Amino acid sequence: MGSNIDALTTVFTEFYYWVTVVFMFLIHVGFCMYEVGASRRRNHMHTLMKNTMLIPLVTITFFFFGWWIYWAFPNGPFITGGLEDGSANAAWSPTMATNLGDRITGVFWAAFLLFSWTAASIVSGSVIERIRSTAFWIHAVLIGSVFWIIDAAWGWHFGGWMVKLLGYHDAYASGVIHAIAGGYALGVLVVLGPRLGKFAADGTPRDIPPHNPWLVTIGLFLIYTGFWGFYAACNVPIISPEVIDGQITGVTWTATNIYLAPTTLGAITFNFLMSLSGGLLVAYIISKGDAFWTYSGGLAGIITASAGNDLYHPIQAMFIAGIGTYCAYKLHYWVERKFKIDDAVGAVAVHGYAGFIGVCIAGFMLWGQPSSPYEGYAAINPLGQFLGAVIMFGVLGFLPAFIVSKIMASMDMLRIPAKAELQGLDHHSELAYQAAIDDVQAAERELADKQA
Amino acid sequence: MSTNGMSSWAVDLKDVGAIYPFQGTEVILVILGLAFWIGFHVLQARVEASELADAERDFNAEHSTKNIDRY
Repeated sequence: MGSNIDALTTVFTEFYYWVTVVFMFLIHVGFCMYEVGASRRRNHMHTLMKNTMLIPLVTITFFFFGWWIYWAFPNGPFITGGLEDGSANAAWSPTMATNLGDRITGVFWAAFLLFSWTAASIVSGSVIERIRSTAFWIHAVLIGSVFWIIDAAWGWHFGGWMVKLLGYHDAYASGVIHAIAGGYALGVLVVLGPRLGKFAADGTPRDIPPHNPWLVTIGLFLIYTGFWGFYAACNVPIISPEVIDGQITGVTWTATNIYLAPTTLGAITFNFLMSLSGGLLVAYIISKGDAFWTYSGGLAGIITASAGNDLYHPIQAMFIAGIGTYCAYKLHYWVERKFKIDDAVGAVAVHGYAGFIGVCIAGFMLWGQPSSPYEGYAAINPLGQFLGAVIMFGVLGFLPAFIVSKIMASMDMLRIPAKAELQGLDHHSELAYQAAIDDVQAAERELADKQA
Repeated sequence: MSTNGMSSWAVDLKDVGAIYPFQGTEVILVILGLAFWIGFHVLQARVEASELADAERDFNAEHSTKNIDRY
């Protein structure tokens, strides 16, 4: 830090990302409440622990190799030099530790890590009540510390090949987090199969209502709250033109998106709230006031508009959110009927379809705008966005999940046995719980009798 | 050609104002937005009226007593 202004900028940036991380923790609290609320009583603790344990697993693997992937692979399939650039962010690098010469890596790593938890947690909800924790936790590491961070290196990095060649623009991660996680969830679900009783003999889907709609909706409310932190974390809060390699002229400092292109916190505040509202309003009408889908629709609305929420007008964001929410809702039920997919919480729709659609819409809305402040990058365009959405949802999401799930299924480590599913995954822990209660009650009664 | 008039960020930011796409359509957007808002009230009123009509049709004194007792 050469001067006081440099020091202030660095410490402000450090604190800024730190605060976003704390906010984003609420996303995971919300996901846990949401999943437990959606599961039936006999599966509560298993559902909770399945989601909770992805935190340490994704955290340590993201430290060991996930963060390095982000910096090593921006050149994607055409690797030239990225591997060397990644060395400063390898687990053994001195900057990945207590270091007075680098105050930003730790908080920036943590912000990305919280995105990783979110990607894994999106998959977690869709597979509740029948996946083995063994299988899910391997999937969590793969989506959280490998596949999403590859897509971030490709399409959510100022030097990513998708940004350079396709003009890919996805400022708040419609595709980079949501489409890939939705696609990944779908890849697992196709192999995993539906919960027992989900479909009647003639294939008609049955509704399996959440055991506690109140908990589900409060969980979604907390996810909204954490989403604020996510939006802020996707920005660089303050940067001078010379730091962006002199592409922007003049001396005006600015906030930027992840591609180092200018935006403002005001813009994303407008657009976050207007897209939330567009999603809520449309979802309320199409679901006839169903609380689960109305809340999910708010989320789908933000997710749809996220790709371009650094640049949209707030009313545009509201309409885009409404369109995405409508399509996601309709697609959820169409896919459920047509392909017998049991997505327990609608995650494929809310994250996957809404994210995919959002990336594509941004291609039209932002057509011709610069994808980056650097020279020689492709401009934002519909074809580049469509290809980007396919890469996110299909190539890095659905495909690896399907292949890995097939391997797991062949080894009989994907799905729990039918008897365990019917009896409930908490059966043994509930027996132990009851035995402990019986034991202590008996002991206390004996003591009470002696007192008498 | 670009939807917000920017084709490069190699500019001095002090000279840049609005950067949202399709500038000049703000009034139309507001009119459409107002129509969307009014449309919500119209559709929501229909949905609620239908639900309440169903509730009236399905009235069951025993269920009502149970619900009152449940508080």
